[in-house]
Amino acid sequence: MTDRRKFLLSMARSVGLAGIGALVWSSVLEESVSASLLLRPPGALKEEDFLKSCIKCGLCVSACPYDTLKLAAPGDKKPMGTPFFDAREMPCYMCEDIPCVPVCPTGALDESSVSNDGILDINLAQMGVAVVDSYACIAFWGIQCDACYRACPLLDEAIVLEYGRNERTGKHAFLKPVVMPDVCTGCGMCEHACITEKASITIIPREVVMGRAGDHYVKGWDEQDQKRVANAKAEITQTEISKKSAIDSLNDDSGLFE
Amino acid sequence: MRYLISRRITQVGIIALYILAHVYGVKMLEGNLSSSVLFGSIPLSDPFAMMQMFFAGSIITMDVFIGALIITIFYGLLGGRMFCSWVCPMNIVTDAANLLRRKLGISAIQKRVYMSRNIRYWILGLSLVLSFLMGLTAFELVSPISILHRGLVFGMGFGFAVVLIIFFFDLLVHENGWCGYVCPLGGFYSLIGRYSLLRVEHDAEKCTECMECKVVCPEKEVLFMIGKSSEMVKMGACTNCARCIEVCEDDALNFSIRNYIK
Repeated sequence: MTDRRKFLLSMARSVGLAGIGALVWSSVLEESVSASLLLRPPGALKEEDFLKSCIKCGLCVSACPYDTLKLAAPGDKKPMGTPFFDAREMPCYMCEDIPCVPVCPTGALDESSVSNDGILDINLAQMGVAVVDSYACIAFWGIQCDACYRACPLLDEAIVLEYGRNERTGKHAFLKPVVMPDVCTGCGMCEHACITEKASITIIPREVVMGRAGDHYVKGWDEQDQKRVANAKAEITQTEISKKSAIDSLNDDSGLFE
Repeated sequence: MRYLISRRITQVGIIALYILAHVYGVKMLEGNLSSSVLFGSIPLSDPFAMMQMFFAGSIITMDVFIGALIITIFYGLLGGRMFCSWVCPMNIVTDAANLLRRKLGISAIQKRVYMSRNIRYWILGLSLVLSFLMGLTAFELVSPISILHRGLVFGMGFGFAVVLIIFFFDLLVHENGWCGYVCPLGGFYSLIGRYSLLRVEHDAEKCTECMECKVVCPEKEVLFMIGKSSEMVKMGACTNCARCIEVCEDDALNFSIRNYIK
């Protein structure tokens, strides 16, 4: 075999092997970041950008005074080495000075997203949003419980109580917890406080659970809402109306007996 | 033994400082080997991790850039792969595996598996390409080194499994398999340390060609000059672990400073 051929062949072999490695490696990576239901520390970038930027140093975890934050270890089934918290186990206690955010060296926890005019404000955090399971929540059964309502650091703002008449007994009231998604920070104190065996109020990442009405609908009673759709592009489609009468269409048996 | 002991002291000491900071709040060295803060103010960052972040499309902050620069300059001057033999905790695992391998004589009964030392550079390249294509830090998300040092400080989970894989790979599959062939971080520091100053120097006149140094050396290629010519070990792959110096009974190997001004 000539040297040139040998060289080309060995190069091709190496590239092929690297290709196999790349495929295996990328599928492992794809799996390892597929966990979507995890809660990040306050000020975290969008999950996609967070994974690019987090260097997995654990400085946020060290800074957390409540041991809320943890670094995902093998077996946690979460992107390895990245910080997360489990609200049922230990929620975010909303420190006013947010010690976990300014220590981040890479900007994966973005200080500006939890600051108002340069002053840190934990109430701007959007770690997730609380969702109530109205079947398991005993307040919806008519039993009086306002544990989540009382636990909420934004009392009567992020969770409000909706009063209702209990038709079944005819003489009692419902006090149902309702989450205001625009106020809720996803700290998880409600989930931590929930008294049912498995929490009936759960924090879920906002991008997973929040919908979007889109440009087709406007709140006619809200002048501000017009601004939301100011840049909407109308796409008008027109279907040609059939000229035939309805009876013709009913009597049309072409193709029926073939 | 004194080099071996000092290596173990620095390896364990650095992890101990991280644990001290995280668990007991004694903040001398906080974080882990991916990124840390020294004395509450000096940033230190893994330059290889920074490169993966850059390729993934993250905006590199000043803190990380300065931290990575400090580390690059430090190892660039001192000897790139000194990270491997003096800092990296995986070195303790692979050293143990290879010691056991020698004691049991596994190399003698085993058919030699051919692996190229260049695998690490291919993996290094791949981790940057995959970081770019997938928008993730490709090696950092799976790195056994990170699993180990992060685990020691912040909790291991099932990370011991990964460490065991490396141990048995080195013990049963290939001598120095992980550190000497596969690990892209070692490859990265080999490149950084190409022109570093602290080097092992060989004196061929004192050498009796017992070849003990080649037995213990984890990167045997770098010792090609043993018994042949008096020169410095200049290859970047040398980890400056000083095992060859300790094992040499003829004083034919010693540390020396590379002199560029001649």
